Amino acid sequence: MVQLNNISKTYNKGSTLAVDNVSFSVDKGELFGLIGPDGAGKTSIFRILTTLLLPDTGTASVTGLDIIKDYKAIRNGVGYMPGRFSLYQDLTVEENLNFFATLFNTTIRENYELIKDIYIQIEPFKTRRAGKLSGGMKQKLALCCALIHKPTVLFLDEPTTGVDAVSRKEFWEMLKRLKEQGITILVSTPYMDEATLCDRIALIQTGKILSIDTPEKIIKQFQEQLYAVKSGNMYKLLNDLKRYEYISSCYPFGEFFHVLFKNNVHNIKTEVMNYLKSKGHEQLEMHSIPPTIEDCFIKLMTH
Amino acid sequence: MSLPEEQKEVIIEQKMKQFITFVKKEFYHVFRDRKTLLMLFGLPVVQIVLFGFALTNEIKNTKVVILDYAKDEASGSIINKIEASSYFEIEHSLLSHEEIERAFKQGTIKLAIVFPVNFNNDLLHLNKSQIQIIADASDPNTANTLISFTTSIISDYQKELMQINALPYLIIPKIRMLYNPELKGAPNFVPGVMALVLTLICVMMTSVAIVKEKEKGTMEILLVSPFKPILVILSKAIPYLLISFVNVSVILLLSVFILDMPINGSIVLLFAESTLLIITALSLGLFISTVTDSQQTAMMLSMMGMMLPTTLFSGFMFPIENMPVALQLISNIVPAKWYYIIVKSIMIKGLGFSGVWKETLILTAMTVFLMIISLKKFKTRLE
Repeated sequence: MVQLNNISKTYNKGSTLAVDNVSFSVDKGELFGLIGPDGAGKTSIFRILTTLLLPDTGTASVTGLDIIKDYKAIRNGVGYMPGRFSLYQDLTVEENLNFFATLFNTTIRENYELIKDIYIQIEPFKTRRAGKLSGGMKQKLALCCALIHKPTVLFLDEPTTGVDAVSRKEFWEMLKRLKEQGITILVSTPYMDEATLCDRIALIQTGKILSIDTPEKIIKQFQEQLYAVKSGNMYKLLNDLKRYEYISSCYPFGEFFHVLFKNNVHNIKTEVMNYLKSKGHEQLEMHSIPPTIEDCFIKLMTH
Repeated sequence: MSLPEEQKEVIIEQKMKQFITFVKKEFYHVFRDRKTLLMLFGLPVVQIVLFGFALTNEIKNTKVVILDYAKDEASGSIINKIEASSYFEIEHSLLSHEEIERAFKQGTIKLAIVFPVNFNNDLLHLNKSQIQIIADASDPNTANTLISFTTSIISDYQKELMQINALPYLIIPKIRMLYNPELKGAPNFVPGVMALVLTLICVMMTSVAIVKEKEKGTMEILLVSPFKPILVILSKAIPYLLISFVNVSVILLLSVFILDMPINGSIVLLFAESTLLIITALSLGLFISTVTDSQQTAMMLSMMGMMLPTTLFSGFMFPIENMPVALQLISNIVPAKWYYIIVKSIMIKGLGFSGVWKETLILTAMTVFLMIISLKKFKTRLE
């Protein structure tokens, strides 16, 4: 459905490398996630696929159409929701939706079924100007506008950035329902916790793909035992852990530190607890935990 | 591959519907932005009123003082004539030269006229007499005009005298101020204001409107749609075209009814030529929008690039003939200059198309040129 072969893209006359030899493909009906921090190159990839940017090297196709040669045909058929809220703020919800429906030679009524679940939530505010909507509402409206012409592929660039936790959850449920209708969805997000909601993900960092697989398999590749450690004095804990002779890596994660140790140590948990107690730590907590995508990302990033 | 007729019709219908929706959207933008709207319609009215009443260099009811040492028949008739004209208003009569100086310093008077003793006597017996006219030349243009008015009043009187004692071989220059006998300011500035308002509004508004889509990111969505970029531009131009029509009408109504300025030529031709300038300005705005990325730069560029050259080089404030050759050459690339000539010819001289075809041709060529480069430069991608 979507295919990238060795795509590279630089800005500022080649001095800034944004996308570095990226190849992946997305199957029909798949919910594919591009996961990476800000500046990883997600938006550039989206813009290349939506024919807004030309790659420096490499080829890519969307629904079998070449992004350079057949750009007009691609533009007719895909749905694109840019990262920034890009609707007309001085137009009402309904006017925006009507405008984009007409733009794509369709009407709200014709594809109402497709957007119904989402639109129903913003319909009470349909006479309100888009600029006056809350962040979550804006994203829902933008999704409606991107969907109104029943696209075969939907490109969503960071749709949940700047949206509250509840709306984010709702948004992903909507994506799941859209997927069930057979729409191929490419979504990018900086939130690692959203990765598990995708069928397959590509972890991306400074323009390079670190790993592409299903979230489960990526997690499975993480074979070491991960520990979460906490104490009354977290700053001292970080310093003490870093000085510990069997430490492999240690980084803050929520209210804990996630810690990896060198493999060959027996009974590491008791050893570490004793070490930390000897350093005078109180309220110590240490659990072995399953890794998350973020742990995988950090591990891939540092190697 | 040719499509069946029916399918073609459907496509055209769809395109029309798209276009109309787009134009409607543009109107929403314009009418929901109150501040801009106020500027769009307020600007021409303010300019006409400003130029018509405040910034005028027209001579009307200028205050003069008279120092009459003669107090005889001749001086009396000339004073009466001066008083009767609408250009002058006699402030008061003075008794000595020192008072003249004082009156000028107070700044209320612009002109002093002094009749010497024995004015009438000299005139009748020596066939020669003198009048002193003192003008405040801190504003040289006004001073010149005032002096020439006064001189013409005096020579009027002289002529009357001559009819009585007919002297042979007399050459009397008969001056006629063509098209604008009362030397009103309006015929000069109304076409100027029209040129200024139209270029400013059209260039600035279109460039800002298109750049706004880029800046707000909506251009990204518009590009990833079946909508043709050329239609984006066209539909943006339409609201401003209509607004400019309204402005032209308002300016013309104001100048006819408030400034008593007649339209001597064809109104239809005037509107047609205005449409041409509007299109020139729109394509210039389009050009600016293709080379800028932020609304502020677009605004600055159109202000600096249009306002200054239009006021300087259209000829309505500073006569182009008096400029150095280099500047005269530059003035040729300012569309407003040609439009100004056209409007003056139609409104004041009452000329038809045959009188302005050359200027029209130049404007048309400019428009076509600007259109072609901006359409070539218009990007169908983001970079």
